[in-house]
Amino acid sequence: MAESVVVHRKRRNVELAMVLLAQFIGLAGYALTHINLQGRLPSNMWAVSLLWFGLGLLMHIVVRWRTPYADPLILPSVLLLNGIGLAMIHRIDLIPDPPRNDVLVQLIWTGLGMLLAVLVIAVLRDHRPLQGYTYSLFLAGLVLLLLPLVPGLGVELNGARIWIRVAGFSFQPGELAKLLLTIAFASYLVDKRNALAVVGRRFLGIGFPRPRDLLPIGVMWAVSLLVLVSQSDLGTSMLFFGLFVVMLYVSTERPGWLVIGALALGAAAFAASTLHHVQVRIDAWLHPFDNFDQNLQIISAQFGFAWGGLLGRGWGLGRPGLTPLSKSDFISAAIGEELGITGLMALIMVYALFVMRGLRIALAARDDFSKLLATGLSFVFALQVFLITGGVIRLLPMTGLTTPFMSQGGTSMIVNWMIVGLLLVISHQVRKPVATSGELSIADDSTQLISVPTTEARP
Amino acid sequence: MSDILLSGLKIGYLALLWIFILLAVNVIRTDLFGRRVPASELPAPEPRPVKTRNRRAERTPAAPLPGRPAPASVVPARLIVTNGPQTGMAAEVDQAGTYVVIGRSPECAIVLEDDYISTRHARVVNGDQGLYLEDMGSTNGTYVNGRRISAPTSVGTEDEIRVGRTILKLEP
Repeated sequence: MAESVVVHRKRRNVELAMVLLAQFIGLAGYALTHINLQGRLPSNMWAVSLLWFGLGLLMHIVVRWRTPYADPLILPSVLLLNGIGLAMIHRIDLIPDPPRNDVLVQLIWTGLGMLLAVLVIAVLRDHRPLQGYTYSLFLAGLVLLLLPLVPGLGVELNGARIWIRVAGFSFQPGELAKLLLTIAFASYLVDKRNALAVVGRRFLGIGFPRPRDLLPIGVMWAVSLLVLVSQSDLGTSMLFFGLFVVMLYVSTERPGWLVIGALALGAAAFAASTLHHVQVRIDAWLHPFDNFDQNLQIISAQFGFAWGGLLGRGWGLGRPGLTPLSKSDFISAAIGEELGITGLMALIMVYALFVMRGLRIALAARDDFSKLLATGLSFVFALQVFLITGGVIRLLPMTGLTTPFMSQGGTSMIVNWMIVGLLLVISHQVRKPVATSGELSIADDSTQLISVPTTEARP
Repeated sequence: MSDILLSGLKIGYLALLWIFILLAVNVIRTDLFGRRVPASELPAPEPRPVKTRNRRAERTPAAPLPGRPAPASVVPARLIVTNGPQTGMAAEVDQAGTYVVIGRSPECAIVLEDDYISTRHARVVNGDQGLYLEDMGSTNGTYVNGRRISAPTSVGTEDEIRVGRTILKLEP
């Protein structure tokens, strides 16, 4: 055959092997915790193994069935992070004298998240129809982002007002807004990128946009500032503003947007530093040891890292319980203490692999919407991991974001699994082989509204 | 349990974590090179409602086109990108009464990632008088042998079609 096309391989068996290894690593964390603390395997080891491997295999089978060309590394990396997160939450559960059982709730959320990912894969199948809902998704995302401000619905926890409480359950609507706004930005920029890429004025070799194109970025800046001031949450506002600026940059290929974004963020940060809540965070970042009572959490996390050292204390042998909120915001400190910097670096590498595969999908995509959506989803994930882990290791001021797939919290878990489902769908569509020849079927007689004169009749 | 065994398990666990990463990197490495398959085995992008198109082609009067008619000896079978980022991308043009659209839109038969190309830029029509090229109202124009075309132009294997920064040719 003379004519041949290079296509992606399916690689489903590779995925299966990696899924099994990833799940084994999570389960080994659970087993080692009990071996180190009690000298024996937990009594329910078989049941837990069956359940955990069952969940992973179920996901794998759904991928094999509906998205056979999906990227082979997305599911294993996520299962590795999720497994270690569950094991660490269980390990911290064992610290108080009557042990807690928060891990069960987290496992249920994981199951729900997987279910939603399966729904995304099975029902959506093709992500391109999402492009038609730009403004509805944008509005829905904004409403969710500002929902915690509604009196009676929003609750303030640990100084930040980013939760809502409905029927006894608390949710972080900002996490869902993350997904909706990424889709909305992607479809908006596909439409408007040509206009936004027009260079108005050059300065220092960088082309800057025209003043009249500054409206969208101005709107996003105002929203982020509103979130920052009213919800006192540095993380959420930085996450959304950063996401928008980077997607603008990617879609227009104009570095001028990055400069404008950085300046706007700097101005906002300077203005915000007068707020009491933000000032406390900045003090805890720059001078944590000046005020032990106020900065107990961050100090304790630093001691945890030091006590963990290069190789860590081992599962169950550290004292991560000394840090308040070590299950949620500070779970990377608990990892750093028990698995050492070697283990924490490994997990950051796994996050990086996940992000890299997302960007790889964006590179391989043939249409602008898939490209931008995959870029946005991977970038928002990367930025979130950077902001929260950077906060814990005192590279940045501490923010109240969740560590994806690891920290305790239901909303974050299910939304991140939905992102995984969406990325699997996009990667399947992108990697699926198609013959390059074909013809247009959009403008034939059946779709024609007005009779167009035939080609020869034109002058 | 002895301390040595505990440290062994601890180190072994960290080693396993990094083995996972090395394996993942190996998966990425082997994923760089795809598999080569004959194009005929692959599914077409979308089902073709050829019938309606043929009917329209029959109805169309075969008016003489500007330019010379395509030489009968060499019948072009496909349109191929010969220069530009997507060199090698090709589409069949040998079916009478059909056309192939070039542009940035994913619905086009030849999808080109080129900022100087319009969403639906131009099309190559296989009409009664052979193949001709038609600009579909593009912003930057369609060029045949360096001259911008304003009307459907007959094209053959020796002509060089340029859209944006991409050059295409017809091949037997």
